[in-house]
Amino acid sequence: MKAVTAIDQLAESYDLVVVGAGPAGLSAAARAAELGVGVLLVDENPAPGGQIYRAVTTTPVSDRDVLGADYWRGAEIVARFERSQASYAGSCTLWSIGPDAAVPEGGGFEIGLSLDGRARLIGARQLILATGAQERPFPIPGWTLPGVMTAGAAQIALKSAAIVPAGRTVIAGCGPLLYLLAGQLAAAGAEIVAVLDTTPRSNWLKAAAALPDFLRSPYLAKGLKLMAKARRSLRFVGGVTGLAAEGADKLATVQVERGGSVETIACDTLLLHQGVIPSVNLSNAAGCTHDFDTVQHCWVPRLDDWLSSSEPGIAIAGDGAGIGGAESAALRGEVAALGAAHRLGRLDASERDRAAAPLRAELARALRGRRFLDLLYKPAPQFLAPRRDETIICRCEEVTAGQVRDTAVRLGVTGPNQMKAFLRCGMGPCQGRLCGPTVVELIAEANGTTPAEVGYYRLRPPVKPITLAELAALPQSEAAVKAVVR
Amino acid sequence: MKAERRSADVIVIGGGIHGCSTALHCALRGMSVILLEKDHAGRHASGVNAGGVRQLARDVAEIPLSNASMAIWHRIAELVDDDCGFTCDGQVLVAETEADLEDCRARVADLTLRGFHHEELIDTKELRRLVPAVSETCPGGVVSRCDGAAIPLRATQAFKRKAESLGAVIREGVKVEKVSQDGGGWRVATDAGDFLAPRIVNAAGAWADRIAADLGEPVPLEVIAPMLMITTPMPAFIKPVVIMRSRKLSFKQFGNGTVLIGGGYSGTALRDENRTILDWRKLATNAGTVRDVFPIMRGVPVVRAWAGIEARMPDDLPVFGPSARHAGVYHQFGFSAHGFQLGPGAGAVMAEIVETGASNVPIDGLGIARFTQQAH
Repeated sequence: MKAVTAIDQLAESYDLVVVGAGPAGLSAAARAAELGVGVLLVDENPAPGGQIYRAVTTTPVSDRDVLGADYWRGAEIVARFERSQASYAGSCTLWSIGPDAAVPEGGGFEIGLSLDGRARLIGARQLILATGAQERPFPIPGWTLPGVMTAGAAQIALKSAAIVPAGRTVIAGCGPLLYLLAGQLAAAGAEIVAVLDTTPRSNWLKAAAALPDFLRSPYLAKGLKLMAKARRSLRFVGGVTGLAAEGADKLATVQVERGGSVETIACDTLLLHQGVIPSVNLSNAAGCTHDFDTVQHCWVPRLDDWLSSSEPGIAIAGDGAGIGGAESAALRGEVAALGAAHRLGRLDASERDRAAAPLRAELARALRGRRFLDLLYKPAPQFLAPRRDETIICRCEEVTAGQVRDTAVRLGVTGPNQMKAFLRCGMGPCQGRLCGPTVVELIAEANGTTPAEVGYYRLRPPVKPITLAELAALPQSEAAVKAVVR
Repeated sequence: MKAERRSADVIVIGGGIHGCSTALHCALRGMSVILLEKDHAGRHASGVNAGGVRQLARDVAEIPLSNASMAIWHRIAELVDDDCGFTCDGQVLVAETEADLEDCRARVADLTLRGFHHEELIDTKELRRLVPAVSETCPGGVVSRCDGAAIPLRATQAFKRKAESLGAVIREGVKVEKVSQDGGGWRVATDAGDFLAPRIVNAAGAWADRIAADLGEPVPLEVIAPMLMITTPMPAFIKPVVIMRSRKLSFKQFGNGTVLIGGGYSGTALRDENRTILDWRKLATNAGTVRDVFPIMRGVPVVRAWAGIEARMPDDLPVFGPSARHAGVYHQFGFSAHGFQLGPGAGAVMAEIVETGASNVPIDGLGIARFTQQAH
């Protein structure tokens, strides 16, 4: 691996640029480099690992039992990447993907990167986006109070700095990661007063048909272990139908509804989590087509067998291609690398197909049982589209669920892009990452349509903000002609 | 729902602010109207422009239309039941040098002779009072105090909704494929069937040349993609919209603190794909101008950049008025990146022309004949 620590150390152009250093990106970059492709891996974190293996080479958490054996598997993936000839730019953000004007016949990209306060445009013949997943927004009344954060954020603090929440902690939501985190935090010494499960009881029926596959899947043993551990040591409350965080200027209590009954739990920290969804901002901004996956209930890029998107030259691997977990992410990274190497002329079709066959078999095994989890942990409607009008859904611009509903009905707004003009939701620095799914859900509900019909925000570059001075320091064109003044 | 209505007194092609305004004003005059829009109202230039409501620095040929429009903007809620986010803090043209200021002086003198008084020459003191953050070396400029800004998509949709409430049929997602003569009137073929009317208004923006070509009036329309960018919020430091005399820059801080930066730099427009491609090298030039003129902006993050798809004519003036060839055909396009302010007034004038054949507001110099009859 060749570390890039300053923006001017980057080459003018690379055969392949991989975005994101989680299992998918690391595996894609390593595999492609092993095939002789000139690879650059860019990642905005200071060390490789992505979210699942965050800080695996640098974490101060030394007790290996706290984060578990699955976490430490990431070290092998990083080690393989480090043995490869790929270049690696950490702490580097990619803020733009566009066609490369220097390639007149088309094909190839010009990408904008920023590292250490300096920006640059470089070329890439192929791209693999491995930007992973993000937590599904979980808007409840009071979720903007100090003391409320996402479970994923708590996990970042734990992995990268060995920090656990102080005081009484409540974890609420659904999904396999909820139990994993509860177990990790408990092992690290957090005082967890309750785990509130919002999984709708009716989901068990819907998921039952997918049960046989799940019983033969690698998820089962792992999941049972996680749940058993969490249930054994923690107070576990199932069938939660409503949640609200309350407090004057910081969190004081969580109000928990279960059917008709209401309970109030005093606490200092509330960690929310209701599953993960593909992080589609970059693929969306790059112009890739997305479809609404009704099982995973999220937008997913449209991909072929080689994980190539609708935009020629852009492939998408890992959880960004649809949620599949760490193991499948690494495998999909390798498949995408084979596809890119073939398009770059490094591998003929039969070599590519031969190399991919065992990966595909592994992938099928790794994904078996996924459908059961997707169906079981699909969030309840009231947690996707908050019922209480005062619930803030766009944190950047402080827009409430009631405002979105009212605007959708009264002004006949049919899509999130129009909603921006009236409420500014999605126009803050997060570019809709935290409100997009909820806005879509609310519009669909108000207009009696589906998320697929409502569509999603058109994402605008820069995909991550860059400063005006950084932008001004880019090489400028000769377009500085006289102003249009009369 | 009057969705199945197939004929009307007037068909308006294009649901930008111009088409919606014309539809509204035709409806106000009692005409039946069908508006056909291939995407949704305000999807392109009308929805994503800088929102400047500007009389400042306009070509004299457009000033009467602009004046008519400004009168409407200042009472916009009375017309469309929505204030469209309109604010009036003036627009200021900054002279960076004495030579710039001399040009400003000549311009204002010329306007005065023509009887227009909306532009006012200002010295360095008044400039610094209006725009304290501007570099101290700037000797003055011009102010148009009644100018301001509005929220583009919100304004366009307000016109659409009001037109609809007055009985206009707005068909979004209906793409016009061909326009042809049918007896004494016009047949507009679309992907949702044919529509008929004795009169049609071509307000199709960046796609208007195709309609004009169908009508035997080809025009040299250039499809452009003017780029804009916006920053994170910063403390309030500037109220009016600022443009420069000698450099391409327009600059506006909104009430929430975000700063909109434009300058008319064009990216690449792919009009058949509804897509634009940004040119970061030009945006870098744009950012460099801001850095020079407003040093306070250096460290501010840019959070979004985008471009809209617009029509530009070779002389940067719109095509506005009756067809030069056909009775019952009217053109309203090619506003060349400064049509948003003109929308409300141009719609009123167009509706008047459609109904009565003429308007008291002079539109000399804007007709399509200047392109179609050049050869003769």
